[in-house]
This record gives sequence, structure tokens and C-alpha cells, in this order.
Amino acid sequence: MSTVDTAVRLTYLAAAACFVLGLHLMNSPVRARRGNQLSAAGMAAAVVATLVLVIDAGAITATGWTFLGAGAGAGALAGWYTARTVRMTAMPQLVSLFNAVGGGAAAIVAVHEFTRLAAPVPARVAVPTVLDVLIGALTFAGSLVASGKLQGLVPSGPVVFTGGRVLTAGLSIVAVCAGAVSATGRGGMAALAVLLLAALALGVVGVLPIGGADMPVVISLLNAFTGTAVAMAGFVLDNSVLIVAGALVGASGTILTVLMAQAMNRSIVSIVAGGFGTGDSPAGGGGGRGRRPPRRGPPRRPVPGYARSAPTTRRSSSRTPAGWSSCRATAWRPRRRSTPSTS
Amino acid sequence: MTNLSIFLLALLVGFEVIGKVPATLHTPLMSAANAIHGVVLVGAVLIAASAHDLVGYALALFAAGFAAMNVVGGYVVTGRMLQMFRKPTERER
Repeated sequence: MSTVDTAVRLTYLAAAACFVLGLHLMNSPVRARRGNQLSAAGMAAAVVATLVLVIDAGAITATGWTFLGAGAGAGALAGWYTARTVRMTAMPQLVSLFNAVGGGAAAIVAVHEFTRLAAPVPARVAVPTVLDVLIGALTFAGSLVASGKLQGLVPSGPVVFTGGRVLTAGLSIVAVCAGAVSATGRGGMAALAVLLLAALALGVVGVLPIGGADMPVVISLLNAFTGTAVAMAGFVLDNSVLIVAGALVGASGTILTVLMAQAMNRSIVSIVAGGFGTGDSPAGGGGGRGRRPPRRGPPRRPVPGYARSAPTTRRSSSRTPAGWSSCRATAWRPRRRSTPSTS
Repeated sequence: MTNLSIFLLALLVGFEVIGKVPATLHTPLMSAANAIHGVVLVGAVLIAASAHDLVGYALALFAAGFAAMNVVGGYVVTGRMLQMFRKPTERER
């Protein structure tokens, strides 16, 4: 192992530690900002180390640098600009959009590795490739729909249509079959393309039947999915920092999804099953409020810290199921001080 | 095999690293995790290194663009959310 290689691996290790510590610091409001900075520093270190690695190997051609630079530059600029200018109330859909492109990037990485390898792709690469494409593409399409729902580009109520469940089941079968064929290393690009399209369609029909009020939890779940897809990309590329960061996000995102669902007094199963999979009929159709299952469990209490800024914690909200406005008040609004802000 | 061990251990760490989070921090935490999986930018750099035809370059272009948007936007948005947690005295904007 050359010196550069060792240095890069050590940097990856440090970056992984930064991610874990950064996420841990985010548990308390006081230390959260330092956590974010630590995590960003780890990210910068990981990217710089990778650049050093490929420069040292002399692997990237001039054309490669042009494409890489153009892509990364445009993406970074777009991300920076939208993140700076977005209104505070529109942040959830922006996070969902960033989550979508992350999932898309993970899927593209796997597709590229698959096209590069010769016909009998070894199972060590083929299996994570299939999982990466499946999860990444599903997350890409699903997150875009979720973002569109919150932005109002897609009807925010549950969109339920006849044959929706049959379509979902059919797409799942197609995806599993195409995935199985690809995972054995046969089928070539055709099988992978079928898998990709089926996964994209699954993402759309999976999120459409879920009401806008549940979107925060859905976005968190898709966030965990993207983490898993990135970990799979790490297996495909044999890169440890991708595996660690991806698995970290996958696991902590799952826990966070559970916490968010609990804070909204909803069960994850009933959210994801929103329009399919459960026995209850989606007959009501119009708007999310009508067809929610009755709330179970202890009475809903306002979350401490939101009360001052949440006009929706009125009496009636303790009886009616959570609508979008009440969900926003309990899950999306960081604590606001009563002092006026000038931002 | 080594990769699988790393994956499993990182999963376990991920399950433990988030403890009792106040509900106010759910969204920033989700956004922070979202920024962390932008590390796929590393993957985009690596595929650019192994690309040698137009399809490969095009895939690298999109992967790099998507990943860079994820990572830069993710950290900036998280920073802006956390800005709201500052004490009123140290608020600058």
C-alpha cells in the first residue's frame, strides 16, 4: 500500500468519525451547529482525499475533469443558491429535492459500474448494484413526488386510482424479476434498464397515495433509503467511507422516522400503507382528512417549545386527526424565540 | 467480507447515535443526515476516474451534479435551520 493510499484511508476514517460525532452533537439544540460544522469538515476532507487519490493515480482524463468539474460546479451552485434563497416554510420540500438527487446520484454510480464491467459481472458487484439501482431510483422518483406534493405541484391529498394496488404489485414483481436476472450477472443492460424503470415507477405510485400531512415522515423514510443506496454504492466501488456514511444515515434515518411518526402520533405502517396494502378502503377520496384511521393512544399534547408559535394547537386539534397545519406546527417548525428576527 | 463488517458496525452505530432528540430538532437532524449521504460525491469522482467513453462521461456529469447539489445544499440548509436556534444576542442576520 502506497503512502498516498494509506493517507487517504486514514482520512476516510477521520471523516467517518466526524460524521458520527457530528450527528451525535445534533441531539441537543445547544451543540447542533457545531455538529453540522464538524460533519461538513469531514465531508470536505473525504472529497479532497478522493481527489488526491485520483490525481495521484492519474486516472482522470482531461475530458473526465471537464465533465466532472462542470457537473460538480453546476450542482454545487444550484444547491447553494436554492438553499440560500428558499423561504423557511419551503425547506421540507427542498430537503426532499436534495434527497432525490442524492438517490439519483447513487443509482447513476451503480449503473456506470455495471456498464463498465464485462458481461459476466461477479455477484460481489452485481448484487449491490441491483440493490443500489432499485433503492436509488425508487428514492429519486418518490422524493420528487413528495417534494412536488409539498410545493403544490402534485395534488397534496392522497391520489388513489383504480387498479393502483394491482399496478404497485405488478411493478414490484417486475422489479424483483429484473433485479434477480441482473444479480446473477446475466441480462446485461436490458434487464438493468427494466429494473431502473420499474423502480422509478414504484417510487411514484408508492408516494402518490400518501397524504401531504404525512410527507415529513415519508421524506425521512426516503432519506434513510438514500443512505442505504449510498452504502450499496460503496460496496459497488469498494469504498469504505461511502459504506460507513451510507449505513449511518440509513440506520439513524430509520430511527428518526420512527421518532417523527411518534411525535405526530401516527404509525409508520399506516402512513406507508396510505393508499395501498391495507384492508381499509380508500373510498373517501377527497382530501386527506376524511379517510384517516381513528387516532389511538394517549391524548395528543402540544409539544413543549412550539406552543408559542403554533396557532394550530387549539382545542379542536386534540380531537380531530392531525391535518397538514397541525403537523407543520408539531414537526416542522424549529423553536422560534419571541424576539423579532431581522432575517 | 471486510466491507460487510464495516457496513454492519456502521448500521449499529447509526441506530445508537440518535437518542432522545427533542421534536424541535427532528427536521434539522433529517437535513443533516441528508447532507451526509451527499458523500456519494466521492463515488461520482471515482466513476469519473474510470469513465472512458461518452456514456461514461455523461453519467459522471450527472452523478457529480446531483451529488454536489445534495452535499452543498444539504449543509447550507441545515446551517440555516440551526441559525434559528441561536441566542437572540448572537444572531447576526
